[in-house]
Amino acid sequence: MKEQIIPSATTGVSGEHKGEVRIELPVTGMTCASCTATIEKALASMDGVREATINFATQRAFVSYDPGRVRVARIINVIKESGYDVGSEKITLKIKGMTCASCVRKVEDALKGSPGVVRAEVNLGSESASVEFLPSMTTIESLRQVIESTGYRTETEPSPTREEDSKTREYRTLLRRFIVAALISVPVIVVSYPKFFPVLKDMDMETLRLLWIGASILTLPALVYSGSSFFTGAVAAFRHRAADMNTLIALGTGMAWLFSTVVVLFPGLFPENAREPYFDVVSVVIALVVLGQALELRAKGKTSEAIKKLMGLQAKTARVVREGAEVDIPIEEVLVGDTVVVRPGEKIPVDGVIIDGRSSVDESMLTGEPLPAEKQAGDEVIGGTINKTGAFRFKATKVGKDTALAQIIKMVQEAQGSKAPIQRLADTVSGYFVPAVMVIAVTSFVLWYDLGPEPRIILALLGAVTTLIVACPCALGLATPTSLMIGVGKAAENGILIRNGEAIQVASALDTVVLDKTGTITVGKPTLTDVIVKEGAAEQDIVRFAASLEKNSEHPLAEAILQGAEARGTVPSEPGDFEAIPGHGVEGIVDGKRISLGNRKLMERVGADLDLFEKDSHRLADEGKTPIFVAVDGRAAGVIAVSDPLKEDSVEAISGLKGLGVDVVMITGDNRRTAEAIARRVGIDRVLAEVLPEDKAREVKKLQLEGRKVAFVGDGINDAPALARADVGMAIGTGTDVAIEASDITLIKGSLLGIQAAISISKATMKNVRENLFGAFFYNTALVPVAAGILYPVWGITMNPILAGAAMAMSSVTVVSNANRLRFLKVR
Amino acid sequence: MDRVIVTAAGILTIGWIVWFFLFSKKKQYRAAVSSGIQEVFIRVKGGYDPDVIVAKAGKPLRLVFKREEEASCTEMVVFGAFNKSAKLPPYEEVVVELLPEKPGEYDFSCQMGMIRGKLIVEE
Repeated sequence: MKEQIIPSATTGVSGEHKGEVRIELPVTGMTCASCTATIEKALASMDGVREATINFATQRAFVSYDPGRVRVARIINVIKESGYDVGSEKITLKIKGMTCASCVRKVEDALKGSPGVVRAEVNLGSESASVEFLPSMTTIESLRQVIESTGYRTETEPSPTREEDSKTREYRTLLRRFIVAALISVPVIVVSYPKFFPVLKDMDMETLRLLWIGASILTLPALVYSGSSFFTGAVAAFRHRAADMNTLIALGTGMAWLFSTVVVLFPGLFPENAREPYFDVVSVVIALVVLGQALELRAKGKTSEAIKKLMGLQAKTARVVREGAEVDIPIEEVLVGDTVVVRPGEKIPVDGVIIDGRSSVDESMLTGEPLPAEKQAGDEVIGGTINKTGAFRFKATKVGKDTALAQIIKMVQEAQGSKAPIQRLADTVSGYFVPAVMVIAVTSFVLWYDLGPEPRIILALLGAVTTLIVACPCALGLATPTSLMIGVGKAAENGILIRNGEAIQVASALDTVVLDKTGTITVGKPTLTDVIVKEGAAEQDIVRFAASLEKNSEHPLAEAILQGAEARGTVPSEPGDFEAIPGHGVEGIVDGKRISLGNRKLMERVGADLDLFEKDSHRLADEGKTPIFVAVDGRAAGVIAVSDPLKEDSVEAISGLKGLGVDVVMITGDNRRTAEAIARRVGIDRVLAEVLPEDKAREVKKLQLEGRKVAFVGDGINDAPALARADVGMAIGTGTDVAIEASDITLIKGSLLGIQAAISISKATMKNVRENLFGAFFYNTALVPVAAGILYPVWGITMNPILAGAAMAMSSVTVVSNANRLRFLKVR
Repeated sequence: MDRVIVTAAGILTIGWIVWFFLFSKKKQYRAAVSSGIQEVFIRVKGGYDPDVIVAKAGKPLRLVFKREEEASCTEMVVFGAFNKSAKLPPYEEVVVELLPEKPGEYDFSCQMGMIRGKLIVEE
């Protein structure tokens, strides 16, 4: 296939000259002028490239080439192969409206022909374009414009504000419908009860009938306008062979209107005492139910407040350094690797690591931690948090949907949309509920008609209509999801991410919490604290031996030892014959001596006698430090101790958990003595020590076999199996790493206090769900039979249909309002 | 006499309600396959149209929802068995992608479980 002529990747102008094209590419990563020579040489040696010059000052490559023999992509590759990069980025844009392969071509050509585009591929199947472009030359927004100029639309994420608009519109519509129905109700009520009103009371039957015909016409707008959604909804459901709340209200009010109209038009069909219409039932019930819907909608709006708050945290623009200058660009265009500048009082736009500068950052909106965090070069910053005092620059590490905030929002949304197991019952019931109510309504009609007193037809009708109206499947359906939404949102506000409804339900019933020691109870940054050596030996030597062995180790304690060595001014050397023995320690040759570094087991293995260090090692362990023995040529030479400080609120958190009636267990790979010393300090009674990392899941299972509901709390890095095994896996997150796969609950803030808060919120949420479910079930099971007339034979009690309408409207409002109480839950 | 008629009519109505809502067979809609992806367009208005979808196991399934109403009942669709849910802003197309692996019947519904559909996954 012959290569088509591609215009300049940067200017868009086709620089064709005697079959030759000249392009300009920004090159990144050049640190010195001599780099230019390397790239120039590499480019010039390419077949098809006539000339290549690099301007170091502007960081630009100018390449003249024959498009018939070489592609731009190949040129870029060569630059990359010589160790540099063209500042290009890849993005995927969603395109709507493409129907055929020729559309693909059209969009692709338009993209390829626009300045700054290096490569463009459009896929019809996935309706997307993947574009490689030069961010220094073009923006995502102009790429969108290019696509839209070809007549297709690019898709953007649905914005929360538009959703908001549709909610407000619906609310207004409902209010208007309510007002219309309410206004109609006033005259309709008056003519429905003539005996209570002075002038009407003296009217004869014929005049009243005329008024009633008027009422029949007057209630029509209430039916077709105010109640339209009930009828359209009922029809839509009917077409799907389903029935819902709309069906019930439509049937109830429709029957009442039809009967009443027949009564006033053909009174002769009915016995003397059954010639009164019930138009008031039609308009008042519709008014009440619509009002209920409006109130419910407003109350429901509050349930998603937490997610709205989170979405509002997202910054709109970012100030980044491009081409040496600071420019404000839309947040969507910030790329990984960009240098972002943040001034005091500004929102941090994306996730990253501080390059220079220092400041305190308010992260309370994400972590719930009220105190601002001090940040300096090398520290992580999280997008959406607020820079308080200083200015700094940071390198963007996560942008777009990868940022912590974006993931938090996604997780909260997913959790809010998930179902708790407790809902299954309500779901099953609501599947049969509406048909069941209809069956009860028909039964009620028949029984009243067959067995009831006169006027039977009226009582039969009222029984059926009241039954249809009083039943409230919505309350049943709303009970779990609304509480769950608020509970999950409340948790998110406190820096607790709950994966789904099931996690909340299980967390509410926990009785055991297993805490990993390192990184969970302790800070996870051990330091070298003590060095004890045999008389006559040099402390320095022992430290150097240890550090040399740990030089290439990935063990968490290695860093502590290396740093300790550095602090003592010793320089580790390269160990020979290095070997790591899992669960024991490490061995190797240093300075021609065989050094063993590890725990008691290792010392037994090499046959080193520990008598000399017995007392010291016990003392160290009792202080909560981890003793590590050093043997030289199989002889014990010293013991060094490493200690990992406790997190400052671990003690408080553990006593708080005990206060909730939860057993706390500590699990660690550390030796028993040290583990017990730490457990004593934080107030833990049960310790599982000397557990190999891969056995943690098994220990969790053992606890579950004791009949316990177990939560495992770890840092999510190497305890994934245990997190997954536990009934609830809680990962203690750090910084921007929020989406820890194996965990059911992620505590964004590193503190253990989050566990107690997570359990409390779960308990409160489930309590609320149960209240709602009980209320909804009780309401329906109690009132539906009463409406049908079950109390009539004994006590002569029936239910007024208008009262039924009011009760129905209130029931779902009550459920949502009760759920809303959760918003005021005090955590801790 | 009228009582007999009303009673008979009542029993017939009850029988019809039970049959119509619980036992009658719903129309099924088979997902169209193009380039390895199964796709169904679902209109959301007082219900899911179509509401019984038949798809093949093991092939990615794209369900394109378009909610053509503002009534908030249908603002969310939940696939409990797949632990997936999606917000459906009015008059916008929202794609839910699933990979049905095991044959079987999976319900999907609005958040309250009032409006339901069924996904039938075949071998």
